[in-house]
Amino acid sequence: MRGDLMRHAVPARPAEERIHDFCEVSLGYTDELALAEAARCLNCKNPLCMQGCPVGVHIPLFISKLRDGDPDAAAEVLLSDNNLPAVCGRVCPQENQCEKFCVRREKAGGSVAIGALERYVADHAAAKGIKVAAAERGDAKVAVVGTGPASLSCAADLARAGVRVVMFEALHKAGGVLVYGIPEFRLPKDIVAREVKKLCELGVDIRTNIVVGKTVLLDELLADYDAVFVGTGAGLPSFLHVKGENLSGVLSANEFLTRVNLMKAYSASSATPVSRSKNVAVVGAGNVAMDAARTARRLGAEVTLVYRRSRAEMPARAEEIEHAAEEGIKFELLTNPVEILGENGAVTGMRCVRMSLGEPDASGRRRPLPVEGSEFDIACDEVIVALGTTPNPILKRSFPELATTPKGTIVADENGKTSVKGLYAGGDSVTGAATVILAMGAGKRSARAILEELKKEGK
Amino acid sequence: MVKKYELVSVRALAERVNEYVIYAPEIAKHCLAGQFVILRVDEDGERVPFTICDYSREDGTVCILVQEVGYTTALLARMKTGECLADLVGPLGNPTDLSAYRRILLIGGGIGSAVIYPQTKQLFGEGKSADVIIGARNEGLLIYRERFARFAKNLYEVTDDGSGGRKGFVTDVARELLERGEKYDVAFAVGPLPMMRAVCRLTAEFSLPTVVSMNPLMVDGTGMCGCCRLTVGGEVRYACIDGPEFDGHQVDFDEAMQRLRTYKTQEEEHMCRLRGAL
Repeated sequence: MRGDLMRHAVPARPAEERIHDFCEVSLGYTDELALAEAARCLNCKNPLCMQGCPVGVHIPLFISKLRDGDPDAAAEVLLSDNNLPAVCGRVCPQENQCEKFCVRREKAGGSVAIGALERYVADHAAAKGIKVAAAERGDAKVAVVGTGPASLSCAADLARAGVRVVMFEALHKAGGVLVYGIPEFRLPKDIVAREVKKLCELGVDIRTNIVVGKTVLLDELLADYDAVFVGTGAGLPSFLHVKGENLSGVLSANEFLTRVNLMKAYSASSATPVSRSKNVAVVGAGNVAMDAARTARRLGAEVTLVYRRSRAEMPARAEEIEHAAEEGIKFELLTNPVEILGENGAVTGMRCVRMSLGEPDASGRRRPLPVEGSEFDIACDEVIVALGTTPNPILKRSFPELATTPKGTIVADENGKTSVKGLYAGGDSVTGAATVILAMGAGKRSARAILEELKKEGK
Repeated sequence: MVKKYELVSVRALAERVNEYVIYAPEIAKHCLAGQFVILRVDEDGERVPFTICDYSREDGTVCILVQEVGYTTALLARMKTGECLADLVGPLGNPTDLSAYRRILLIGGGIGSAVIYPQTKQLFGEGKSADVIIGARNEGLLIYRERFARFAKNLYEVTDDGSGGRKGFVTDVARELLERGEKYDVAFAVGPLPMMRAVCRLTAEFSLPTVVSMNPLMVDGTGMCGCCRLTVGGEVRYACIDGPEFDGHQVDFDEAMQRLRTYKTQEEEHMCRLRGAL
């Protein structure tokens, strides 16, 4: 067996220290740990790990360069496949992707820590200023709507191929969910800014404060550009639809995280307010729920996370659930809110019911059923709802020709082609809320399809 | 050359009420009466929505009226012509649509008069001038009086203390008009929540359909945060993408008032800090 038997844990800051600030939790591998972990890769002839990567990173190749003591070469391999490796190394659910297929997973000390190695190599590349070459710029022009992971990935591939790219962002800052949604302690905003800057250096023009469908219309973009890519994500929050949900102190995770991450409400210099609640209940168990719970914890609250299924069904990344537990987040599993209680318009508690798991439902997970007579109250002064999001309707309402599903997602083929000529879409706006890396994969495929189309048209 | 988001003109219209004309050609090109913008004063600024009260496609400008009531509006009040806002985005929300109606009563309370002004002007242009009631606490707070006089069919002015126009509330005038048999197809009322609620109670008595423009707390203004949610006809609606205008007889005003108070403590802290910095 190659290298050490057991997978090397990634060092993290102690929970009692990190709950008092917003600095990054995971410290990443040291040089020694990275080398030792890289040595564990078996460099399989048929690398199953690559099947699990939506952007097709040549995983054994970059790891072998690292093991051979050539991190620069490792960086070149990684950067040519992945436009945002420093982001992916931090936020991808590797246990469900590349690491899920690693042959060492079950019997040889655990999967190679591909995500941690990716982060290590990406940070090395950034520190040394390693970049991939770009083609000379031609005349073809493409508009990219949104600046989240799908759009960033699409724009980077297009710009590298020599296309003139203009990106449109509705908020005042580029990065989409990477800046408004994912907290600083999980994905430092300097890293996102670095990726955005790299794009600008490739000649991409990023225009903030532009809501496509309002400030400029899709028709105008289709007329002015050779193609348009829509990566507007799934930003509309879902609520519980229970009594008391509009009390002051009940908010979507999107609102809470936007106030804290994008608007920096935790800082005294920021004008944006955020509640400093004593007891916060978070509803949901995805990454966003973990982010909201851990953010509330850092703002000084005792946090209870309420989820209607059991721990095994929690959709968040394993690392986030572990980190949340370490930070003292209390999990009330098999529990579902039925009413939010209030006094004088403010939240005082949440009435819940216990659940039990029945037969598997359409999602393949066992359906949670309420246990009769099991109601109980959780005392809290704030409720954060993290039950997922659906696509934003602005674009569709301003451009009814665009075919969408009853759920509001845009209809597009595997290359992102929509019902409208020259219009491509990818990421959460097509799939519904999913992951950063799936969105990036979609952005990449659309970039390839757009480049082929431009070539056909002789542009 | 005029810069992006430059304050082309800043003018005091009344005590603690300023008019800002802002250079934003893309917004000016697409905006319509009833829509709003969200601005940030500086890099640490919060995102605050303001209804567009006039615009010029030729000059590439939009105009907002701001009453100094909190932290951001106090910062705005210190800005001068030629300075630039950090950010401005719009036009957000849906335009006012009174196309289905012919006889129209417009009611503006306080700063809300600024919101009914573009509608007054537009209806004049369409040849169906509206009756307009504008109200304020005192004469000094009555805004755009000459402009309203020019575009309204009949203009009724009213102040709480009687210092300008007649003494009383906008609802007193509206009641009189309705009781004496004036016929309207719709009322469009904009102002503080208690005023809009009072108007809606009155017009409900006369079965007069009433549209109100809601101005709740917002963050992004594009449907992303849900902060601006309201209950309208028993259903949750977002002011930013479903509104800002709604059937006033269906709006839960009590809830809207409660939600507006959500960050009152924090806002007061910010104001203290601002005063301390003076």
